[in-house]
Amino acid sequence: MFLINDFRQQINLKNIISLHESVLLILLIFSLTILSIQSDKFFNADNLLNQGRLLAEVGLVALPMTMIIITGGIDLSVGSIMGLCAIVLGYSWKNIGLPLEIAIIFTLLIGVSSGAINGLFINRVRVPPLIMTLATMAFFRGLAEGISKARSVRGYPEWFYFIGQGEILGIPVQVLILALSIMIFSYLLSKTVFGRSLYAIGHNEVGSRFSGIPVNRFKLYIYSLSGLMSGIAAVVFVSRVSTTRSDMGSGLELDVIAAVVLGGTSIFGGIGSILGTVLGFILIQLLKNGLALTGVKGDATIMVIGLVLIISILISNLLKKFYPTNS
Amino acid sequence: MNNSLIIKKDTKSENTLQIFKTIIFNQEMVLLLSILFLLIVVGFINPRYVSNRNLISLFLGNAYIAVAAIGMSMVIISGNIDISVGSLIGVLATISGTIAEAGFPIWISWTIPLAIGMFINFVMGILVAYFRLPSIVVSLGFMSILKGGLIMFTGGAWISNLPDGYALSQLRPLGIPMPIYFMVILTTLTAYWMKMSPLGRSFYAVGGNSEAARLAGIQPKLTVLKVFILHGFFVGIASVLFSTQLSVIQSTVPPYLELTIITASVVGGVSILGGTGTVIGSTLAAVLLAAISSSMIFVNLSPFWLRSAQGLLILATVLADLYRRQRQLNK
Repeated sequence: MFLINDFRQQINLKNIISLHESVLLILLIFSLTILSIQSDKFFNADNLLNQGRLLAEVGLVALPMTMIIITGGIDLSVGSIMGLCAIVLGYSWKNIGLPLEIAIIFTLLIGVSSGAINGLFINRVRVPPLIMTLATMAFFRGLAEGISKARSVRGYPEWFYFIGQGEILGIPVQVLILALSIMIFSYLLSKTVFGRSLYAIGHNEVGSRFSGIPVNRFKLYIYSLSGLMSGIAAVVFVSRVSTTRSDMGSGLELDVIAAVVLGGTSIFGGIGSILGTVLGFILIQLLKNGLALTGVKGDATIMVIGLVLIISILISNLLKKFYPTNS
Repeated sequence: MNNSLIIKKDTKSENTLQIFKTIIFNQEMVLLLSILFLLIVVGFINPRYVSNRNLISLFLGNAYIAVAAIGMSMVIISGNIDISVGSLIGVLATISGTIAEAGFPIWISWTIPLAIGMFINFVMGILVAYFRLPSIVVSLGFMSILKGGLIMFTGGAWISNLPDGYALSQLRPLGIPMPIYFMVILTTLTAYWMKMSPLGRSFYAVGGNSEAARLAGIQPKLTVLKVFILHGFFVGIASVLFSTQLSVIQSTVPPYLELTIITASVVGGVSILGGTGTVIGSTLAAVLLAAISSSMIFVNLSPFWLRSAQGLLILATVLADLYRRQRQLNK
């Protein structure tokens, strides 16, 4: 009896976010153990680093998505922005003839402006984010299809493949980019006025406006950031698969949102963390890989991920009921 | 005396203007006029667009989207969303085809999908209403489960040897394809029912303000559950219309089907925040969206630009609707 009370007290000291994160961590360790028992190919450095390569694109986009969902918004257009950026990269290099370095910068600019278009409309015209990004999801994908006319671009110079296929000290380059981005984003979200304001906006947007938070400016920033990261993800993706196609990144938005939500960010806004999101996308990728190695087919893997998503949210919701906190 | 008469006259003319305005600025009317406008303009450029054959194939191929959008509109009106609907249509279509192929009576292959659709949405409704999980997350999870399950079950194979008499969508009583009857009758009945019945009104109440609805004696949880079950019913019908329109059933649905359905609801005037909208609007919007994508072929627009034009049009409709609402608010 005493022990239970003690346990309850300990849990009460922490807030809900870390509660969800510990659920995730337990889930992660649990699945790691089971999967490494099931297949000896799973738990070794080569495989895990290779998985790092595969999750980088989702991870890069999931970081700004965490911020957006924390403010109570959503961005469905990230996959389409990624497709558009991939096409812009290939097209401006091959067809317009820009040097590849300039083409990459141009691509990132297109990414930022695509995101900024979302942000501006959401701010100025007050279109709900779900609708705005639903429309631009079709629009940006359409632009990508229109520019590329179903032609793919290949034959990039050798140095470009370094981003998506090279490694520094044995660690894949995009994992390093991802790690750096994780640090920047978690600093922004937890230590800056900008980051803390995002939580306030998610809790009460009108209240935040009245307490002097530049709500519109910050919302414009996060949607532009989302566009920028989708652009970076596009460059990494193109470099990894060495080709450019207009259907790149389709379905990415759902993988990203699943990772963020699995990571404990509340879809209603106000709650969430970068750490949770990181755990979320690692868990999804390891499940995909581990299940594939143990002989489960790819489609069953999607099912398992859907189940894990619902069950993890269900568990943390139930825990919230049993261990209510003040936050 | 004279003065008051003049004032009276003025208010009267203002009133008629007001009535005229409310009719014109009504979302359903805007949609209807847009459809007519599109038909006239594109028909003028290319008369084959308004030929009987094209119009019928346009409805035939898209009526199921309108039917699914009826259920979706209810879900959105109640303040929720369902992004698993595309996958569910695929799953139910395959189930329907498999049953028919196995030699069961045809009517069973038409009704079982309704039951399964209602059951799956019942589970989702329980999770959303009683476990308080956000509907977008629940349906995201279900989308993965259904999509994965479908490909795993069929292995991507098509169902092609369907029995005679299975093709419900290809029946043409009085020369009009069956899906059009379904679309028109279901839309009219549901619109009337949602306007007139207590349960239909309670959907709006729960979506508008759940707490106020509870205080007014409505049970929000039970209402949301009912909304999801009804939605499952409409998805079931949509899936049968979808599976019977061709003589084969593919194991995939058109890409972004769930988004097309949500778009139809939203362009039809259903507020994503819940509480407002009608199913007549969503059906008209589904027709408009279908007419738009079909029109692009007839004005020789490169198919590669089709999706971006669709995106712009969605945006334009939503902006027009927002503008209209802001005007109403300012009054």
